[in-house]
Amino acid sequence: MTRLPIKKTYKLFVGGAFPRSESGRTYEAEGQNVARASRKDVRDAVRAARAAQPGWAGATAYNRGQVLYRLAEMVEARIPEFAELCSGRDEVERSIDRVVWYAGWADKLPQVLGGANPVAGPYFNFTIPEPTGVVAVLAPDEPPLLGLVTRLLPPLVGGNAVVAVASEQRPLAAIELAEAIATSDLPGGVVNLLTGFRSELAPVLASHMDVNALDLGAANGAAAELEQLAAENVKRIVHGGVDVQSPWEIASFLELKTVWHPIGQ
Amino acid sequence: MAELDRPGGSPAVPSDWTYAPAPESRDVVHLRDRYGLFIGGEWLEPSETYETISPATEEPLAVIGQASVADVDRAVVAARTAFADGWSSLPGSERAKYLFRIARILQERAREFAVLESLNGGKPIKESRDVDLPLAAAHFFYYAGWADKLEYAFPNRRPRPVGVAGQIIPWNFPLLMLAWKIAPALACGNTVVLKPAETTPLTALLFCDVLRQAELPAGVVNIVTGDGRTGAALVEHDGVDKIAFTGSTDVGKAIQRRLAGSGKKLTLELGGKAANIVFDDCALDQAVEGIVNGIYFNQGHVCCAGSRLLAQESIYEPLVEKLKRRLETLRVGDPLDKNTDVGAINSAMQLEKIRELVESGREEGAEIYQPPCRLPEKGYWFAPTVFTNVAQSYRIAQEEIFGPVLSVLTFRTPEEAIEKANNSPYGLSAGVWTEKGSRILWMAQRLRAGVVWANTFNRFDPSSPFGGYKESGFGREGGLHGLEPYLRFDE
Repeated sequence: MTRLPIKKTYKLFVGGAFPRSESGRTYEAEGQNVARASRKDVRDAVRAARAAQPGWAGATAYNRGQVLYRLAEMVEARIPEFAELCSGRDEVERSIDRVVWYAGWADKLPQVLGGANPVAGPYFNFTIPEPTGVVAVLAPDEPPLLGLVTRLLPPLVGGNAVVAVASEQRPLAAIELAEAIATSDLPGGVVNLLTGFRSELAPVLASHMDVNALDLGAANGAAAELEQLAAENVKRIVHGGVDVQSPWEIASFLELKTVWHPIGQ
Repeated sequence: MAELDRPGGSPAVPSDWTYAPAPESRDVVHLRDRYGLFIGGEWLEPSETYETISPATEEPLAVIGQASVADVDRAVVAARTAFADGWSSLPGSERAKYLFRIARILQERAREFAVLESLNGGKPIKESRDVDLPLAAAHFFYYAGWADKLEYAFPNRRPRPVGVAGQIIPWNFPLLMLAWKIAPALACGNTVVLKPAETTPLTALLFCDVLRQAELPAGVVNIVTGDGRTGAALVEHDGVDKIAFTGSTDVGKAIQRRLAGSGKKLTLELGGKAANIVFDDCALDQAVEGIVNGIYFNQGHVCCAGSRLLAQESIYEPLVEKLKRRLETLRVGDPLDKNTDVGAINSAMQLEKIRELVESGREEGAEIYQPPCRLPEKGYWFAPTVFTNVAQSYRIAQEEIFGPVLSVLTFRTPEEAIEKANNSPYGLSAGVWTEKGSRILWMAQRLRAGVVWANTFNRFDPSSPFGGYKESGFGREGGLHGLEPYLRFDE
């Protein structure tokens, strides 16, 4: 007699836990019932992100690099599962390598992006990059895994917390990634993944007053409307690419802080 | 003086240590009766005009053009033409030479500009002479040096100019803000259409004569004067590739909305409500000087002004006592007097805004202190003001007043100071006063602000990036970081 397999319930990833949508709604994608997040789920996710962000930013850069490297380890261990949920093994391997590449940036950013400033006076003056805070990401539809990883890692490595809306048509890779994140030592709430209808969730994120930056990677023509909403609290707007890898991607989610102190006896 | 020359005795100590007037001469400034719009290297006659005045006397100074939508279009076309006709392809080392020339001419004509700045804007001559002018010249000198080194600033990124930059500047540091905008834009190979603030157009118009002396090619810099309508026309013009705005958060948000979906580059340097945090182990007299400089510098018309004093409870009373005593020595009056500490409020509109917010402070229950000082009859004036007993919820603790008005709040622990300092939609600057080094760094790490002054305040330098967190805007001006808003990258 063949054994009946246990099927997974696909849920959201908020604050390190896997809740259903508070709305009780689902939609069918890739043959599965997937949680259809609501405005209130966005609210909960932003709250979780805000709560988690200072701790993540406050961790040492070395520690953040190791935690993200461990995320790569967790995905590596599940390559076959991930391969089934995206275009295949190559996309998974590229995603893993991208995570490793960004993990290595954690303790190098301040030296590349900041420095000491030679002001004309008896002052020591330096500029350092700091995370902007809570970042909302609209992940590209395709490729479902690499696209999400490409948009997720730049804000993360700089010390931000993220609320991401997964690919609407192909959300399963995102949920699989959430499971890898949950076992990667990334503190709960640093990454929050919502599945659902982008047209419903994006305006809520764009107008949310406790979101600091908005990555419009997959806004698909709705960018103007979302950018208008985002102006209400002067959000930083990023038009993220689907397959790019650069420290300047990280920089677009960073603020620069300059500190002055007199020099004297 | 008479008291000093009493016949038959040794000079007596005068009973009243007042300062004799020490006015800076206005002769160095030669104003025209009217100014046109500076477009394509020529003065164009505007269809509409308005009068610019001295806020200290309400005396009319000149008739100024109110640039229309068509005028702005002409300016953008001139800038585009200059961009395409050579400026963008000029070697960086040649662009640099123009900027070096501009820096040198500003140094040579510094006194003329300083007097005009004080005349038109109301700021004390000692500030325009010792702060605005040296910094403006230094800014051009600094960015001149970058013009042929951009590849080293952005390795592997192939930096290219953006195109035509539309720049809108405020009235608090008219020439200095012009320098902050124009110097990096030109260094990166862009051309510029700049709109000075409505109330302070004169130094920008005089700057056109510097451009003539520097022999800058026509159309590389265009100056269009006018009110908000001119600014809106510039923001909305399709031929502008980048907008740089310094001003209020409300207008900044409107610009961000307006540019939504346009793909134009945008940098915003907006309002602030900086906390100046004083711990009980600070060097108290230095802190008092820092507080005074933080909020009364330039009549408090400073986006990064230290307008919220957070005093540790254990030092609150002696601090406020010393502060009040120090306020009595501030000399308020003629901006052109070399002894003046606090000049005129920039405009009737700004004075009205300050009065309204100060009134709200009284009504909400704060205690007001103003030193005895005689304000001139004509012109726009407001006495240096301190509010104590201020609750966090009061408007004077939340809203940017942009005037010589300080709100004093208290705290007990460093955590509480951070909590209160960061409890603002703004995040432009902050100050910390303590002799404990580890605490300075702890505070600096946690303050959500783009500039943190520790044991100093209101310091500026061309090599030092300046700009805000949160609703104080985005993008940096100054330093290597100040180049990026004026470049695109062919990565």
